[in-house]
Amino acid sequence: MVKAIEVSGLTKHYDGLAAVSDISFSVEEGEVFGFLGPNGAGKTTTIRMLTGLSKPTGGGARVLGYDIASESIKAKKAFGVVPEQSNMYDELSGLENLKFMGQLYGLPRPEHRTRAVELLKTFGLFERKDSKFATYSRGMKRALTIAAALVHKPRLLFLDEPTAGLDVVAARSLRAIIKQQKESGITVFLTTHYLEEADILCDRIALLVKGKVVAIDTPASLKSMAEERPALEVSFKTSLNNAADELGRRLPGLAVVKVDDRIRIYGGDADAVLHTILDYATENGTQVASVSSLKPSLEDAFVKLTGLSPLVMAAEKGGR
Amino acid sequence: MWYENLRSIYYIALKDMKTYYLKPPAISWGIVFPVAWILAFYLRNPRNFEELVPGLIAMTVLFSTTAMEVVVINFELRLGSLERLLLAPVSLSGVLLGKILGGTIFGLMITAVITLVSVISLGLFSVNIIYLLLVLLPSLLVFSSLGALLCVLVKEVFEAQTLANLPRFLMVFLCGVFVPISTLPPVLKQISYILPLTYTVDGIRQSFGSAGDIAIAIDIVVLIALIPILIFPATKLLARRFI
Repeated sequence: MVKAIEVSGLTKHYDGLAAVSDISFSVEEGEVFGFLGPNGAGKTTTIRMLTGLSKPTGGGARVLGYDIASESIKAKKAFGVVPEQSNMYDELSGLENLKFMGQLYGLPRPEHRTRAVELLKTFGLFERKDSKFATYSRGMKRALTIAAALVHKPRLLFLDEPTAGLDVVAARSLRAIIKQQKESGITVFLTTHYLEEADILCDRIALLVKGKVVAIDTPASLKSMAEERPALEVSFKTSLNNAADELGRRLPGLAVVKVDDRIRIYGGDADAVLHTILDYATENGTQVASVSSLKPSLEDAFVKLTGLSPLVMAAEKGGR
Repeated sequence: MWYENLRSIYYIALKDMKTYYLKPPAISWGIVFPVAWILAFYLRNPRNFEELVPGLIAMTVLFSTTAMEVVVINFELRLGSLERLLLAPVSLSGVLLGKILGGTIFGLMITAVITLVSVISLGLFSVNIIYLLLVLLPSLLVFSSLGALLCVLVKEVFEAQTLANLPRFLMVFLCGVFVPISTLPPVLKQISYILPLTYTVDGIRQSFGSAGDIAIAIDIVVLIALIPILIFPATKLLARRFI
């Protein structure tokens, strides 16, 4: 079976600097593949090479079985691209923009309008079909840009930072749309710097740092890489001074950390740790308000695998 | 493949017409400017106005085709919408040809109106329409291609506008629009022969039955030859933006 994307040693240099350095990976048909990394990691450069907008300096790739160097026009008929910038035509209405896309992709003439209308309805833009693109909200512009990428019913969809700069509601709505695409069998290649978004949407994730892929796996497997030792988080009904220090003394060898009004205890036998906590609460005339076992997040995995702070991701591009 | 490219070229041209050709630069440089010049010359000397008609039609061709063509590519590069076109199954040269065709069609419409009004109002019915079309059509493509080339030579929209005025005004004064080439000093005369508007003016003049400096067949051949000469470097320069 042909893979949706096969990348081998793909490299891109700009003025002698490596933007993407010898990366290799493959994407199965029907999966949502996340490309996760901070700004400047090489995500957009990779998408530009895979979609024929930029020539690789080295290596190569096949997209839907087509060589990106020699068969990019054939590949373009089978994939759709949502660039980071919502780049439809301000002067045209939503309907006119989609009709133009249908014309460019060679849809039969009767389908220019019917497909455009179908997509406008799917994306909740039908009521504004005759409004100029320039008058759309940021979320509506993003939705129309995604609709435009689907006009020719592609088998593979490239999404470059689809929710960057959107408010929470618009971002959630777009994530639902991305899920729908997967359910309809479309392979999705998604770049994002939102860890949570990648966790929710992706079947597999590649972590990209400074132009290199540092890990590729399912979100669950990536998270398990960060799971070195069990952790419990506890809070008491009344605030206790020096609780972390005292618990640390009672649990030698374990890491006890105060986080806001909660205490995290890393390592040790869960039963023994729990007994110690309950004893400590009783002795101090209070009760345990909550105890939970901490599961590592994708953020933990990201930190462990890349050595970068998650703040690097959150701070960029108006991160939420 | 070629059919798909042709189809895309056609739709890009149509889209450009709809999107850009009622914008201020297109109206001011492409319509108002040549019409204002024509009116100015008519008011100055209405009796011998017929003699100026070929030059003024040529000037209309020049300004109407280049008006938007010199800005449209950089404008779309800046907005990211040129990338949108390049993500579709169309070659880069196809995208560029679509842009050039848009400028050509806009120029054709403006030039057709100016020519018809001139012919009817001045009674110039002896015009050889076949010759006129054989000169006008390649001329429109030449100047639209020139506009595209000037556009991709620079990165900013305003730079292209400024850059375009140099060859435009040079051609207006050296290519026989107002002053016959035969009356120019030898050096300027030599320069005029490397400027495409010379062949347009000369060809249109002969279409209207006046004597020309160059055989009309040569005018037409030179104009046709200039089309790929201008498009090829424009394609290469545009491609360099996407390496």
